[in-house]
Amino acid sequence: MSREEIREKLNQVFIDLFDDESIVLSDETTANDIEDWDSLEHINLIIAIEQEFNIKFNMNEVTTMKNVGEMIDIIASRLGA
Amino acid sequence: MDVLEYPFDSNYLILNRKRLRKELLSKDYGLICKIAILGGSTTSEVKNVLELFLLNEGIKPEFYESEYNQFYEDAMFGNESLESFKPDIIYIHTTMRNLHHFPSIEDTEDEVQEKFAEELKTYENIWESLKRFNAPIIQNNFELPPYRLLGNKDFSDYHGRVNYINRLNNAFSEAARKISGLYIADINYVASCYGLDCWFNEATYCLYKYAMDMKAIPYLAFNLAHLIKAIYGKNKKALVVDLDNTLWGGVIGDDGVTGIRIGSDTPGGEVFYHFQQYLLEESKMGNILLVNSKNDEDIALEGLNHPSSLLRPDDFTLIKANWNAKSENIKEMAETLDLGADSFVFIDDNPAERKEVKDRIAGIAAPNIMNPEDYIRIIDHNGYFEVLNLTEEDLKKKDVYRSNAERKKMMSSSLSYTDYLKDLHMHATIKPFEDIYLDRITQLTNKSNQFNLTTKRYTLEQISALSNNDNYLCIYGKLSDIFGDNGLISVIIGKIKNNELHIELWLMSCRVLKRNMEHAMLDELISLAKKKNLEYIYGYYYPTNKNKMVMNFYDDMGFTPLESDDNHKTYILEVNKYENKNNIIEVN
Repeated sequence: MSREEIREKLNQVFIDLFDDESIVLSDETTANDIEDWDSLEHINLIIAIEQEFNIKFNMNEVTTMKNVGEMIDIIASRLGA
Repeated sequence: MDVLEYPFDSNYLILNRKRLRKELLSKDYGLICKIAILGGSTTSEVKNVLELFLLNEGIKPEFYESEYNQFYEDAMFGNESLESFKPDIIYIHTTMRNLHHFPSIEDTEDEVQEKFAEELKTYENIWESLKRFNAPIIQNNFELPPYRLLGNKDFSDYHGRVNYINRLNNAFSEAARKISGLYIADINYVASCYGLDCWFNEATYCLYKYAMDMKAIPYLAFNLAHLIKAIYGKNKKALVVDLDNTLWGGVIGDDGVTGIRIGSDTPGGEVFYHFQQYLLEESKMGNILLVNSKNDEDIALEGLNHPSSLLRPDDFTLIKANWNAKSENIKEMAETLDLGADSFVFIDDNPAERKEVKDRIAGIAAPNIMNPEDYIRIIDHNGYFEVLNLTEEDLKKKDVYRSNAERKKMMSSSLSYTDYLKDLHMHATIKPFEDIYLDRITQLTNKSNQFNLTTKRYTLEQISALSNNDNYLCIYGKLSDIFGDNGLISVIIGKIKNNELHIELWLMSCRVLKRNMEHAMLDELISLAKKKNLEYIYGYYYPTNKNKMVMNFYDDMGFTPLESDDNHKTYILEVNKYENKNNIIEVN
C-alpha cells in the first residue's frame, strides 16, 4: 500500500470517528487541527486505525507520534511497504 | 438498533459512536435519567458507550462524572456540582485496580483479615454516605487479577489475590442482600466472559488509566445498561418462539413428528433439548412463553406433545400456529394479554421472519440467534430479563396472563358487560402502603405508562420514605376474581396540604382495565381523606406519548376541571359531595 493509499484510508477513519466529513489530512496535521481530537479521543483513534489496517501499535509509538505523517510512516513500516 | 444488540462489534461502536449518537438523539425521549459516575479509573468512554445503550432502550441519560479516581472523596465528602446534580442513579465504577490492601506474602492470617476488613469498610462507608441521595446505587464487584503469584494456590491460600477478591465479592453480595437499593454490577462475570487476558490491557491502563481494554468497555457498559433499564421497569416480559428449527430440529410439516430432532439421545436433539430447558427456567422466573409458528395448529401441537419434548402445550400461555404474518400474530397476542408488543422477545431462526416482525413492531427485540448452539448465550447476554428484586408478583405472572385470556373468553359469553363483571366475583384489597409491597409498588411506578396520570417515577428509597410520611396519603390496590389473583395493580400517592389532597400519582396496570377498579380506588381514597378531615382532592393530568387513554379520566370520575394548557390539566373534587361509585367489587 502506498503512502497515498494509506492516507486515503486513514482520512476515512478520521471522518467516521469524528463524524466530520470536512476533515482532510496532510502529513502536517496534528491534534491541534481537529477540534475533537483530544487525549480522550486519541485512544479511540488508535483502536480504529489498528482495526482498519489490522496492525498493533506499541505503547511507545502511541505516545510519540507527533503528526499524521509520522502515523503514516509507522503504518507503512508495519505493512512492510 | 441492531448494532447495539449482542453480539455487537466493539470496533464498529468505537468508530461510529458519534454518528450513532446523533441518530439516536434525533428521537424523542420521555424518560430522562441523571446518572452520577463515581470512578476509580478513567470513565469517559464508559459514559460514552453507556449513553448509546441507554438511548437505545429509550432512556436519555444526563451524566455527572467524578474527577479522575475521586469516587471515594465524592461519595464521602461530596462537592457542589454532585450535590446540585441530584442523581437518579449512582454508579461506582471501581475495579481490581482500586484495591489497596492486597495481602503480602509475609502477612499472618490476622493481618490479612485486618486488611480485608479495612478494604470492605471503604465501600461500606461509601454506600452509607451515598444514602443522602435517596438513589439506587450500582456498585461494580471486582474482576479476578491478571496474574497469580501463588499459581493455583492463589485461590485457596489467604495470601492469594484470587482468594482475597473472591472473599470481597462474597461480602459485596451479602451487602446487596441487606442494603435495599444497592445493586452489584457483576463485572467479574463480564470480564470472565470476555476473557481476562483480553480484559486487561497494561498499555491502556498506563497511558490512559482505563481499567480495562477499550474493546471490553462496550461489554461493561451493556451489562450496566441492563441494570439501569430494569430499574426503570423496561425489562421484557415474554418470549415468543417459533417451532421448526427453533424449538426442535427439522420441519414438522415435512419430516413428520417422528422426523423432528428433539431429546437428549442425539447431539442434534440435545442442543434443542437444552434450549427448551432454558426456556422452561425462564418461564419459572415469571417470563411468559408464547408460540408463533407457521404450521397447522394440530401439527404444531403434535410436536409439542412429542415424548421427548420438554416443553408441553401447557407451558405456553398462548399458541398461535397458523399461516398469518408473524407480526399479526404477535399483535393479537399482545392484545389478548394486555401487554405492549414492545415487551416481547421474538425468537426465530429465520432472518426473514425476524425482519418482518421488527419492521412492523416498534421496540420488539428479535435477536440474531445464529445457530442452535448459540441460542441460549445470545438471549442470555442480551439481558432482556434482568432481575432486580424477585417479587411474588413476578413468579405468579404466568398464571395472571393465562387467566386474562380465560376472562376474555367468558366476556364473549356474558349477556352484558355488567353481567360479565358481576360474574367475575371480584375482590379488592385497598389499603395504605405496607412494607412487604414497597418493591412491587416501586416497580409499578417505573413501568406503568398507559394508565398513569402523571408518569412520575419513584425509587424504592423514595417510596419507602413516602409510606412513613404523615403528609402523604398513599394507597395500593390488589384485585382477584374467580380466574385468579391479579396481585397489586394500582397505586395512588397524594400529598396533604392543609385541607387539600394533591394526587401526585395515580396509576393502574392495564391488565385490570375496565373492571371498575378505579372506582373502588377513589371510593377508598375519599373515605380515608374524610378521616383526615380533608375537604378537596386535586387531580393532575400530564400528557405523554403513551397515556392518552386517561386524558379525560378525571372528567369521567366526576372531577371539575380548573385550568389546563398543553402541558397539564388540573381538576378539583369536593370530598363532601362525593358519592361512592363502586358497587361491583367487594372491597377489603
